[in-house]
Amino acid sequence: MTFTAPVLNYTILSPMLIVLAGALIGVLVEAFLGKAFRPIVQLILTVGTLLLSLVQVFRIRESESLSAAMGSVVFDGPGFLLQAAILIISIISVFLIADNENFTALAAAIPGSVEEHASIQQGNKVTEVYPLTLFAVAGMLLFPISSDLITLFVALEMLSLPLYLMAGLSRRRRLLSQEAALKYFLLGAFSSAFFLFGAAYLYGYSGDISFAGIRDSVVGGSGNDIFLLIGIAFVSVGLLFKVGAVPFHAWSPDVYQGAPTAVTAFMAAATKIAAFGAMLRIYYTVFANAQWSWTPLLSGIAIITMLFGSFVAIAQRDVKRMLAYSSIAHAGFLLAGVIALNKAGLSASIFYLFAYGVATVGAFAVVTLVRDSSGEVTDLNRWTGLGKRSPWVASVFAFFLLAFAGIPLTSGFIGKFSIFSAAYESGAKGVVIAGVLSSAIAAFFYIRVIVLMFFTDSHEDATTVVIPSVLTRITVIFSFVITVALGVYPAPLIDFINKFATFIR
Amino acid sequence: MNLSLTLLMALPLLGAAVLAALPKANALLAKQIALGSTFLVALVTIAMAVGFERDNINLQYVESHQWIPSFGINYAVGLDGISLVLILMTTLLAPIVVLAGWNESQNGRWSTKTFYILILVLEMMAIGVFAATDVFLFYVFFEAMLVPVYFLIGGYGTGERSAAAVKFLLYSLFGGLLMLASIIGLYVISGTQGGHTFDTQALSQLQMSSTTQNLLFLGFFIAFAIKAPLWPFHTWLPDAADCATPGTSVLLLGVLDKVGTFGMIRYCLTLFPEATKTFTPTIIVLSVISIIYGAFLAIGQKDIKRLIAFTSISHFGFITMGIFAMTSQGHSGATLYMFNHGFSTAALFLVAGWMISRRGSSIISDFGGLQRVTPVMAWAFFFAGMSSLALPGLSSFVSEFLVLVGTYTRYPVAAIIATFGIVLAALYILIPVQRALHGPITAGNENLSDLTLRERVAIAPVVVIIIFLGFYPSPLLKVINPAATHVISQMGFSDPAPTQLGGK
Repeated sequence: MTFTAPVLNYTILSPMLIVLAGALIGVLVEAFLGKAFRPIVQLILTVGTLLLSLVQVFRIRESESLSAAMGSVVFDGPGFLLQAAILIISIISVFLIADNENFTALAAAIPGSVEEHASIQQGNKVTEVYPLTLFAVAGMLLFPISSDLITLFVALEMLSLPLYLMAGLSRRRRLLSQEAALKYFLLGAFSSAFFLFGAAYLYGYSGDISFAGIRDSVVGGSGNDIFLLIGIAFVSVGLLFKVGAVPFHAWSPDVYQGAPTAVTAFMAAATKIAAFGAMLRIYYTVFANAQWSWTPLLSGIAIITMLFGSFVAIAQRDVKRMLAYSSIAHAGFLLAGVIALNKAGLSASIFYLFAYGVATVGAFAVVTLVRDSSGEVTDLNRWTGLGKRSPWVASVFAFFLLAFAGIPLTSGFIGKFSIFSAAYESGAKGVVIAGVLSSAIAAFFYIRVIVLMFFTDSHEDATTVVIPSVLTRITVIFSFVITVALGVYPAPLIDFINKFATFIR
Repeated sequence: MNLSLTLLMALPLLGAAVLAALPKANALLAKQIALGSTFLVALVTIAMAVGFERDNINLQYVESHQWIPSFGINYAVGLDGISLVLILMTTLLAPIVVLAGWNESQNGRWSTKTFYILILVLEMMAIGVFAATDVFLFYVFFEAMLVPVYFLIGGYGTGERSAAAVKFLLYSLFGGLLMLASIIGLYVISGTQGGHTFDTQALSQLQMSSTTQNLLFLGFFIAFAIKAPLWPFHTWLPDAADCATPGTSVLLLGVLDKVGTFGMIRYCLTLFPEATKTFTPTIIVLSVISIIYGAFLAIGQKDIKRLIAFTSISHFGFITMGIFAMTSQGHSGATLYMFNHGFSTAALFLVAGWMISRRGSSIISDFGGLQRVTPVMAWAFFFAGMSSLALPGLSSFVSEFLVLVGTYTRYPVAAIIATFGIVLAALYILIPVQRALHGPITAGNENLSDLTLRERVAIAPVVVIIIFLGFYPSPLLKVINPAATHVISQMGFSDPAPTQLGGK
């Protein structure tokens, strides 16, 4: 048996390699640099790495390759767009992660222990979070451009493992945070198992793990359809878990609530882009010819997800849980883009992912600002009268909520319009009607928060809004400006996306 | 400088920007700037109306720029007779509202300047919604204008203001989202017939199956019926009108609700002529119910603001009936009615607002004998009431008469039942007039002050317009008629010849 050296196209892989290299240097910084310098060095290193990677992605945007890593990675227009979106969102979130007070001083210490106390006294900061973020980003970059099931699985784990850890790093309410991390990890492990199970069936069906090979079998139609169905169903479960679609959503409210808010922001926005990116690729290329088998199922899940997310969000009293259920509803809207299975659907989904991701990071960034003496306050009852005390912060938050609700002149409206019109065009009228109705339901709880902030008089134990640091300010301002710009004049971005939104196979 | 709709929309926005730059403390300057901007906008509109070619049925002051080309969305605006009249009404009402409600912003949650920024933004969007000739642009204005109104009611109103604001917003959003589904439907269908577009003209040429047309029609119609509001979609209006400040109520009932009836003409009728014919009988019935129901509930109201709100439901019934009667008189009458209703409601609400702020109560039985204490205010209220019940010689009479005549030729039964609405109108106006203005002076009313000079100046143009158009409506009708006839003939209707009873 001879060993053939793999041929790697380093140019195509460079955005990921840059991020991985940055992560490794970050680990070295942790090991060798003094405590005092770490935060600033890590921040510069992380942002620099991500920017460099972003530049590199833009430089290779025209290249298309099916064989970048021996057929395991495919780079094309959508791949470029999704990677760029992930990187931009990550950069915005890193400023939020860098800011704060949010992380525990010593992750290894038992909550409430002497060690922990001592560590807080010393003013320690967990700077491990930076390399962890970079590892997660590298996984996310790989996820939507994987082109065989094994690479897809590796990418899935690579993006998930750092996130499991990061979810447990909260400074306050650490038990809740650790519980969230454990829950996320266990359910994530289950979904990985489902995914692998499905992958095995797909291999059984086609005798191949590469997307191209499976697609050929689907097109040829010679295999055992039962295997195909089981394979599609279980791979879908794994992916639907990551995007938080009903009935695989159970983890997301707890994790959103328990994780440090900055991590929640990053996770909610960037993971969604990566996971939907991979879903779009699989359904648009691999399973496209087996549309009959998954469209009804996915349509059902989309409708349930939208309605469930919107209805349950009404009952939430915690702003992070409310945003979690709102993100479930948004996952339903995004599934409409997957179901559309046309070019308009692909462009619309990518636009929506980016617009929603930016608004999500912005909204969570505002959440980190609302505090009392014991830290962030996420109980909505204590947000009353915020509009009076801090009109600017409250107005910006209200604007993000209006964007989630899809009010015209925000990015959310353009996203909703384009995704629904794509779904309608493909004949999924039921999904569109369910989407419109659940938008109306969703409007109710977004508006309720606005009422709380602006039209309700505040309690005595009023919360204060801390003056945002420069870093958080960058996050909020960037998110706000992008959300406004995409609402008022989205044409350049839509044209840009349209230019690139074609999968190569 | 060339007059254009874009300029007209930019002016209030400019005013709002100047206000935003002002320091909070200077409330008086904020009011003056708001008054100046709205006044300037009104002048520009009048100049545009003068330059409008009345006999030209094509859209005028047309502008079109690409906005989101990949979806075929344009920033496209233009005027026909109907939209011109409504924009004229909006921009004339705005300075009157600012002047009349000079102190309205005092009890608000936020500063005076925020109040006027919201008013100016609302004015800009109202102009846009009437001027848009691109359905997408229309929708953007239609939905976005909810936001300033929401904050105007919730932030500056009285009583259960936040609940009323939320109710208003949710009702409107629900309707708006149904309309969005219909707009998406139109967009997709246009894509299969010569390319994606939102141009109203192009969309009216689409071929659709009757089922599709009916469904899309309903999406639009329900949104407009909630906005207008037509029975049974009206329940948000009394609460909103009750809690909003008088000036906001004028803009809400006078301008915002007209978007509903305007939308019926511009979109329901022209885009879905077949579906319109299918649903016309149902809509006529709903209109008649609105007329009678609104009138009966108005009679039963103890609160003066709610009373005015219910009279408006009755009046909107007349407007909708005129629109769907599908005769040129009915249509002209309905459009003229929209204009006149704006001013007669303004008169009622503003005078009622002054009465309420002086007395500190909005319950009709708390007033009494105002005729002797505050003669000018009493006369103003009496006049506003007469205008609302369509006394001959005042502007509403002309439009109500046209609507009834136009309806009678096609739906005589509906017209006859609707005529009872006029009788009921006399009741719901004369009862509060009698209770509030006449009789002995109720305790607590002895020292009420009469209208100030500012208030007199504010109400004077309303009175002049109502009387002038009552005697001489033809300047407006000449603008409206060609557009109305055009809509009717596009629908394939011709006016039925009047039949003579027993003339066989």
